[in-house]
Amino acid sequence: MTVALAGKDIGPQIEKALPGSVLESAPGYVMLKPEFLVQAATFLKNDPAMAFDYLNFVTAVDYYDYFEAVYQVTSMTHNHTLMFKTRCYNRVDPVIPSIINVWQGADFQEREVYDLLGVYFEGHPNMKRIFLWEGFEGHPLRKDYL
Amino acid sequence: MALHTEPFILNIGPVHPSTHGVFRIRATLDGEVIVDIEPVFGYLHRGVEKLAEQRTYTGIIPLTDRMDYITSMSNNLAYVLAVEKLAKVKVPERAEYIRVIMAEMQRICNHLVAAGAFINDCGAFFTPFLYMFREREKLMDLFEMVSGQRLTYNYMRVGGVSQDLPAEFLPALRKFLKEMPAHIAEYERLINDNEIFLARSRMIGILPKELAINCGISGPVARASGVKWDLRKADPYGIYDRFEFDIPTGTVGDANDRYTVRIAEMKQSLRIIEQAVEKIPAGPVISDVPKVLHPPVGEAYGHLEGPKGELGFYLVSDGGIAPYRFHVRPPSLINLTALRQMLIGWKIQDAITIFGSIDITMGEVDR
Repeated sequence: MTVALAGKDIGPQIEKALPGSVLESAPGYVMLKPEFLVQAATFLKNDPAMAFDYLNFVTAVDYYDYFEAVYQVTSMTHNHTLMFKTRCYNRVDPVIPSIINVWQGADFQEREVYDLLGVYFEGHPNMKRIFLWEGFEGHPLRKDYL
Repeated sequence: MALHTEPFILNIGPVHPSTHGVFRIRATLDGEVIVDIEPVFGYLHRGVEKLAEQRTYTGIIPLTDRMDYITSMSNNLAYVLAVEKLAKVKVPERAEYIRVIMAEMQRICNHLVAAGAFINDCGAFFTPFLYMFREREKLMDLFEMVSGQRLTYNYMRVGGVSQDLPAEFLPALRKFLKEMPAHIAEYERLINDNEIFLARSRMIGILPKELAINCGISGPVARASGVKWDLRKADPYGIYDRFEFDIPTGTVGDANDRYTVRIAEMKQSLRIIEQAVEKIPAGPVISDVPKVLHPPVGEAYGHLEGPKGELGFYLVSDGGIAPYRFHVRPPSLINLTALRQMLIGWKIQDAITIFGSIDITMGEVDR
């Protein structure tokens, strides 16, 4: 049975490895600072006790005040799983670092988030719309898109 | 003196029999050899995630049918699993068994289509495809008995299934279980050692294990590359921990392995269905769930081992009657992540085979 690791246990460990990177360690997830996202993801993947080698999914949610990027990762070695998040408060040009260099599986999913929610993933080599055509106005999954 | 050649751009698709839907591969070629590709999606994008934000939790079930229309039952199940996690709903015992039977029947159904279409791509024009459709037809008859539909079943409900099995279902299923092993043996006899098929599929489109894991690839494609990972074993949902079955894996991760893993998985699915039919108890098929659900504020990610890989739903509830956010983790889309690495260096004809061996449904890729 896959063990869902509690954010409140893992958050302090990430904080210890990367001081200043964790904003909140909730029961269900760890909230990371966007500028530490790639470093924290690399830590989660390479640390032998974590060994999160598999990225389940990437998505984002529009909460009006901020965009929240959600990541779920699994370790096939230890059979445990963790959800971590990061937030972006800029609504005009939201930017979040891309984790494609840590898990290549984020490739199409980050493009999907950009296409439908307009969150730009910095560092992604091919950040453009995936489903809608170039020139489409707006991002349909935003809550203010009608 | 070497002949000077220019790279040539070829569009494979969007409407092409080998793209299994409306998918475009923009390939840059040097002669016949692929130097670069760019997959182009979106021809079947219907905005399912946005549509779902305006529907009740039960009203979304028919939308999930229309994502991967080859595996509607599994889509239904993955979605209701996520809602049950979000709203903390219990499922009666009989419904759990019915779900397992349906999910495994759906897996056989999908693998028949996948293997048939793949052999078609290898050049065996439609004859093996029709052999496989012959058995799929029987499965569709069974699905029609329980749900009234042949493709978009809308059968699973939050807290169970929509109706009990009709009296004629289990005898018909037992008959199918008795006949199917001989049919699988027939496929193996006809196809497995065919010289042309082997020449077209063996050592073609090798996907290394590390790349498969890094790209988030799941399901038979990952298992063919030697990733022994199956959510039915790794994270048993429902009652999967009560059944005995093996996880078939491949050794090299070529197109042939992906085909053989699917054939082997069909046999395992038959094993699971046999055990479920033996043990299925009597009782109610749906628990007492209100017609309009109001899950508590929160989020949930429910996933299962779909026929194509890890199919998951991430739901955010604000306490209302519709999800605040509805996100699908589509195995068909994510399994294409490594497509570029798998195709570069191969000839166009091999690209068709490699793409066919991944087994995707465009309805789920684009949603």
